[in-house]
Amino acid sequence: MGADNAMKNTDTKAREEFSLNDDRRVKTLSPGALVTKRFLRNRVAVTGLIILAFMFIFSFIGGMVTPYREDQLFYRTEYQNKQYAGVTENTELRYSSEGKFPSLAQAQFVLAQIKHQDTFTVKDVEYRIEQEGEELYAIYEGDELVAIATYSIVSSSTGTDKVPFHLQHEILKAISEGKDGFTYEDDNYELDEDGTVFKDGEEIAYASRYIVQPIMGDVFLTRSFKDELVTAIEAGEKSFHFTDEDGTEADYTISYDAATKSWSVLQSVETRIFDKYSAPSKEHLLGTDRNGMDMLTRLMYGGRVSLYIGFIVVIIETGLGVLLGGVSGYFGGWIDNLIMRIVDIFYCIPSMPIIIILGAAMDALHVDPQIRMIYLMLILGFLGWPGIARMVRGQILSLREQEFMTAAEATGIRASRRIFRHLIPNVIPQLIVISTMSLGSTILTEATLSFLGLGVKFPFASWGNIINDVNDTYVLTNYWFIWIPAGVCLLLTVLAFNLVGDGLRDAFDPKMKR
Amino acid sequence: MRKFIIKRLLISVVILFFVAFIIYVLMRCLPTSYLETVARAKSQQPGSKSFEEWMQQLSATYGMDKGIIPGFFAWCGRALRGDFGDSWKWTVPVIDKFKESVWISFIMGGIAFILELLIAIPLGVVAATKQYSKTDYLVTVFALAGISLPTFFFASLLKLVFAVKLRWFDLGGLIGRHYEYLDATGKLLDRANHLVLPIVTLVVISVGSLMRYTRTNMLEVLNADYIRTARAKGLSERRVIYHHAFRNTLIPLVTIIGGSLPGLFSGALITETLFSIPGIGYTSYQSMVSGDIPFSMFYMVFLAVLTLLGNLISDILYAVVDPRVRIS
Repeated sequence: MGADNAMKNTDTKAREEFSLNDDRRVKTLSPGALVTKRFLRNRVAVTGLIILAFMFIFSFIGGMVTPYREDQLFYRTEYQNKQYAGVTENTELRYSSEGKFPSLAQAQFVLAQIKHQDTFTVKDVEYRIEQEGEELYAIYEGDELVAIATYSIVSSSTGTDKVPFHLQHEILKAISEGKDGFTYEDDNYELDEDGTVFKDGEEIAYASRYIVQPIMGDVFLTRSFKDELVTAIEAGEKSFHFTDEDGTEADYTISYDAATKSWSVLQSVETRIFDKYSAPSKEHLLGTDRNGMDMLTRLMYGGRVSLYIGFIVVIIETGLGVLLGGVSGYFGGWIDNLIMRIVDIFYCIPSMPIIIILGAAMDALHVDPQIRMIYLMLILGFLGWPGIARMVRGQILSLREQEFMTAAEATGIRASRRIFRHLIPNVIPQLIVISTMSLGSTILTEATLSFLGLGVKFPFASWGNIINDVNDTYVLTNYWFIWIPAGVCLLLTVLAFNLVGDGLRDAFDPKMKR
Repeated sequence: MRKFIIKRLLISVVILFFVAFIIYVLMRCLPTSYLETVARAKSQQPGSKSFEEWMQQLSATYGMDKGIIPGFFAWCGRALRGDFGDSWKWTVPVIDKFKESVWISFIMGGIAFILELLIAIPLGVVAATKQYSKTDYLVTVFALAGISLPTFFFASLLKLVFAVKLRWFDLGGLIGRHYEYLDATGKLLDRANHLVLPIVTLVVISVGSLMRYTRTNMLEVLNADYIRTARAKGLSERRVIYHHAFRNTLIPLVTIIGGSLPGLFSGALITETLFSIPGIGYTSYQSMVSGDIPFSMFYMVFLAVLTLLGNLISDILYAVVDPRVRIS
């Protein structure tokens, strides 16, 4: 059995050796397969292809996988010392009156008080001073009480309405006499040793030598806070802790300023701020940028934008280039001449300055970032086609003279069909190479513009505008994670496009085995 | 030959005319300009005329009140006499500002160009002679990396390493803080010091394409029949490469080098801007961003002239260097 089989094998082998069947001759491969084979043999080009694949996955799939959105902001809490209140101790007499005590009279009162006189006269009005307590002077005009001068100040506990003048007087009088209650206009008031006044068991006012004022207008300082603060100041403490009625706790620092004889109170509060320039961590693998957005996510979306722009621009310029180059090369004559002169003109237009000027103009017009991106693609595409047109024309000029074109012409098919079905396909290899290369250079141009702040704008990310932060020397020096990854991505992508383009050129062009 | 040059020159003039026209139309159609900024600032001063009145007055002063076509011909007329108007941003005649800034760009570009040649040609030749070797791959990757490197990224890296970490150079500018106190040699050295990083950037960014160009051409020559003949004669490899092959490689190289000579005057827009070198590139960048029409107009037309001149020179050189080329 075995021997029989072996016999058969040698038999077929022998027969195959001498047969001239198609499959026995050269192993045939389609041109496409040949190109692929040659391309895959080029190790550098394959490396480029792998990098590109990685970048595409990173940008397009990465953006879906990442837990954050492109423009999601992150916050962190930080303790900040805010100016909260100012405290001054009253060291001079303060007057309170019902408005019948002019400031001239105040001066006269001081003089009289220094000279220990009981009366003084202002503008033919005679005032009488009555010392009602250690630091309390009552001033009468005739029998009517017009003003009181005192070091303590009576403030309303409810905050808004003022304490009536006569009530103030009663309170101060009661305090200086050391009483624990008094009657005023048929109401009973009670006093405690801190100078707090109660009416029917409810706190209505208090007297104190310290004036506590909030720094910010919208803050109302409660009585208990003021008490606590004054106690702390009198005890000479530097800081204290206070819990208000709502249960909010805060730490306060007191500092005394000898020049103004006042204390300023700083409240340290938890503030939510943008988590900007935070270093790489588990949450943000590449840290956060200057707006407090996740860097890695921005990088992914930036790659998306850069690749989109690259592809769309290349599609535009290839389309225009093939159309105009094809028409020009096929028809020749004056059409060719005209189109080639247009190409010459476009060649001479300095593209970078034009794009910069248009970018600056769009800046001034405050064009919406999205529309701006579309304009950018159109401008880049419109400025980029002449090179492709020239190449296509050159190729077509030589292809036009070949026999297959004579044959195509002989069959009598339309000119457009001859161009786009028979000529253009023969240009496609060069077209693919040139498009791959210009993808790289377009991405570079876009990145340069975005870097200058004239391309893709916030809130959209692009690799170029991510690196833009480096214009700030502090970022350049201290936050490598902001700009190095974007630069590396950019470099790798453009390099990969160039490597692949180079490899494709070699693969398509076996004659020029370089 | 003369006929060819004259014909090319005439075509160039026509092309230049259209390029200038397109640029002029573009500049005039810009919705905003330096004039508006100035007019707005002036109209906000107390007791001043209204914005419209200022705008009218300024437009009349700067010749912007004419229509686009008459305006363009007026511009052409003045430009032919060498008068490009006064720069709005720099408030001096455009030509003065240009003369002031072009030389530093030229020096920078020139040094960078010479360095490029010195690096690119030998490396390109070596890569071609040792095709598919490690050296070849290294040179190819290095060249492509240079081409792919974003200027601003590379410049930032250089700044970080050499200016911030090592403190060898300043971050930008052309002169240092103590420039005024230095003697003549010191001043020269100070300027040279400030030019090192920009020149390194320029060389690394642009050396790659020249290197690849040299390599491609060298390979093409090495595959030619006469090289096989030379080898068959039994010449040494050295002689084959440096005497027979390299000389022929020089033909396309000379044309491309000649063609890029005018470009040395165009300044390096991005590099100069990045390093704040007050050359023509940075100057015109500032002008363009602030909407200074006379200066931007001049700069772009100047660039177009340089491009045309470059093409013309390389065409002529091609015919001069290679006697096989017949000009029809």
